[in-house]
Amino acid sequence: MEFNMSENVFLTIIGLAIFLCLLRMLKGPTASDRAVAVDTIATITTALLVLLGFIFGRYVYLDVALVYAVLTFIGLVAIARFLEKGI
Amino acid sequence: MQVFGTIITGIGAIFLFLGSLGILRLPDVYNRLQAGTKCTTLGAFLTIVGVGITQPDWLPKTLVIALFILITNPISNHAIGRASCKSGVPLCDRSVVDKTKEFEECKPLQDELEQNEETQ
Repeated sequence: MEFNMSENVFLTIIGLAIFLCLLRMLKGPTASDRAVAVDTIATITTALLVLLGFIFGRYVYLDVALVYAVLTFIGLVAIARFLEKGI
Repeated sequence: MQVFGTIITGIGAIFLFLGSLGILRLPDVYNRLQAGTKCTTLGAFLTIVGVGITQPDWLPKTLVIALFILITNPISNHAIGRASCKSGVPLCDRSVVDKTKEFEECKPLQDELEQNEETQ
């Protein structure tokens, strides 16, 4: 497990992206803004899991990323139904 | 092959950063949805496929994850946009046209027209 230069740069860029979305999630005026920010954080996290699996050399992280993507999709559709007052 | 995969992963990471910058900076829920959906979908797709190209043993499963994101991310974002439109989140001040509002305003007229046609 040794980091080379390009992986360091990618992890820094993706960490900055998650930080900006987190700022919007803390600031957002309405509930929909927060839902959009959480959705973006979840998608970025899926890509980050695949990248971390590549860096650590573990194949299991791909399964984790797939299950995370499925659960995120279901949860966000449920949040959207709740905002629409449909549940 | 390794250099090619690393370059693709880097482009994906830059797209992810630009998408979240748009989410922080744009003025409105719907603009933020647009920036978030497009940039994030392309960025995640390129990052995951780039990892698959760098390590060719992992290519099938990474392609499955990337296709899943490519299908489900626009669906969930569209659901959030529809929900925020129906729950009455306002547009920003500088927006020009609101087609759903126009549709709601001209809907009673259309219903009257249809009823007249039926009676005739």
